[in-house]
Amino acid sequence: MRTIRIGSGAGYSGDRIEPAVELAEKGNIQYLVFECLGERTVALAQQARMKNPESGYDPLLEERMRAVLPVCASKTIKIVTNMGAANPLGAARKTAEIAKSLGLSSLKIAAVIGDDVLDACKEGDLPIMEFEGSIKKLGNRLLSANAYLGAGPMAEALSAGADIVITGRASDPALFLAPMIHAFGWAMNDWNLLGQGTVAGHLLECAGQITGGYFADPGYKDVPDLARLGFPIGEVGEDGSLVITKVAGSGGAVTARTCKEQLLYEVHDPTQYIQPDVTADFSQVKVEEIGKDRVRVSGGRGSKRRATLKVSVGYVDSFIGEGQISYAGPGALARGRLALEIVRERLKLTGVAASELRFELIGVDSLHGPQVSARTSEPYEVRVRVAGRTENLREAVRIGNEVETLYTNGPAAGGGAFKSARDVVAVASVLLPRELPKPQIQFVGGG
Amino acid sequence: MKLREIAHSRTGDKGNTSNISVIAYDGKHYPLLLEQVTSARVKAHFAGVVEGEVVRYELPNISALNFVMSQALGGGVTRSLALDAHGKSLSSALLDLEIETVPDDK
Repeated sequence: MRTIRIGSGAGYSGDRIEPAVELAEKGNIQYLVFECLGERTVALAQQARMKNPESGYDPLLEERMRAVLPVCASKTIKIVTNMGAANPLGAARKTAEIAKSLGLSSLKIAAVIGDDVLDACKEGDLPIMEFEGSIKKLGNRLLSANAYLGAGPMAEALSAGADIVITGRASDPALFLAPMIHAFGWAMNDWNLLGQGTVAGHLLECAGQITGGYFADPGYKDVPDLARLGFPIGEVGEDGSLVITKVAGSGGAVTARTCKEQLLYEVHDPTQYIQPDVTADFSQVKVEEIGKDRVRVSGGRGSKRRATLKVSVGYVDSFIGEGQISYAGPGALARGRLALEIVRERLKLTGVAASELRFELIGVDSLHGPQVSARTSEPYEVRVRVAGRTENLREAVRIGNEVETLYTNGPAAGGGAFKSARDVVAVASVLLPRELPKPQIQFVGGG
Repeated sequence: MKLREIAHSRTGDKGNTSNISVIAYDGKHYPLLLEQVTSARVKAHFAGVVEGEVVRYELPNISALNFVMSQALGGGVTRSLALDAHGKSLSSALLDLEIETVPDDK
């Protein structure tokens, strides 16, 4: 039976780079996938592109490509990535330029474009899933609308001979499904195979999160050598059989436990994991350790894909102002609480217009609020944190200022004040008929 | 005994919804999870954090439960005022839940 090995070289845009190089050098892989596009990253990238039309792709694109292209070219490892963000074509051109500078100008580089559906969304005035209202309500705060494309166009690009496929918004598991469809010729209506392939993609897409990252809990779940965490490899057979493993000798561990945690990561109803290509069913999945750092995962299934595609809509939501300051030693908690009361009153007295405010003590109740944290005893040090939502930057700045002025106006011995004010680009979702996005493949370079 | 002694957990986020898996270390404890780690208890445990409903899904093949908690992330990961906007730390908080090993032993 034919088998391919797919390495997962990044779990988010800022992820470590050496584990990807290690995968390419020692992983005996045929495909290297980089998932680098968070929920709102496209919206931020779109903002960047409005300022500079050549930008709008992943800021680490050059560093990653320079690190892996030489070894990938020598071992004919194909790369699939969503580092195109808001500008896949720009990212492909940049990659071609990098390849040329490395003496690798024969690499064929394909951009998948067409996920940008801003115009179609505006015309349709579609309802927003997360809150009352439609696209029109966002008015000129609307920045971007990108459809989650499926694996089809990426698989086609691979079949057309691409060595590197760069896309913008696509479903994360689809980045992994594409090499499977290309290598095995899976039919796009074989729902069970696509469902099991989606299980593979879902398990691999967060890279180190299945090899022991985001997992360790000393004394309960110990993980060796997290500083040299190895990234995962999926061994996929043409019948959908799957083994998750990693490079021998790298840090971390692949166990039934790491696989189970990642299987349910960001999953709601496990019988309906909605993807552009299939509605996957994770409910019957089985996980079995078959060797050191080797876990067999079986039982993923699927049913017919939906008639709509999810679209991620980026918009300017609000502004956030924030300030922090620390207190330590005897009475730190009481002084921290006094500080919060002072800022609360100051924001009222000076009329700061905030629609939402948080007053909390880091080290006491900042993560889970006063009710969950009620059992806390006196800590040695506390850090005051006040954050508020405002309609403009000027108001946001005032919140941090009221914390900073605690230096000379607040309780004794406050130190290490910090303040910030920023605009908030948020994302919401709409559903678009799947026929509307028209994905296209465009090759650059390859001389 | 704390839930932490028999189960491990991971939090994921989508918009304003948080999901927390609760996975038995040993399959023999799965019935205990089913019986005692209910949606109502999870909702009560996260008083002041989770404003919406808590739905539980059961995965007997991997001895796991999946809790889906709506209106749990301060209006959504991308706009929340919270220090931990993703709610990544919620899984550890859930493992603090008290579990009775022999419920009828008085």
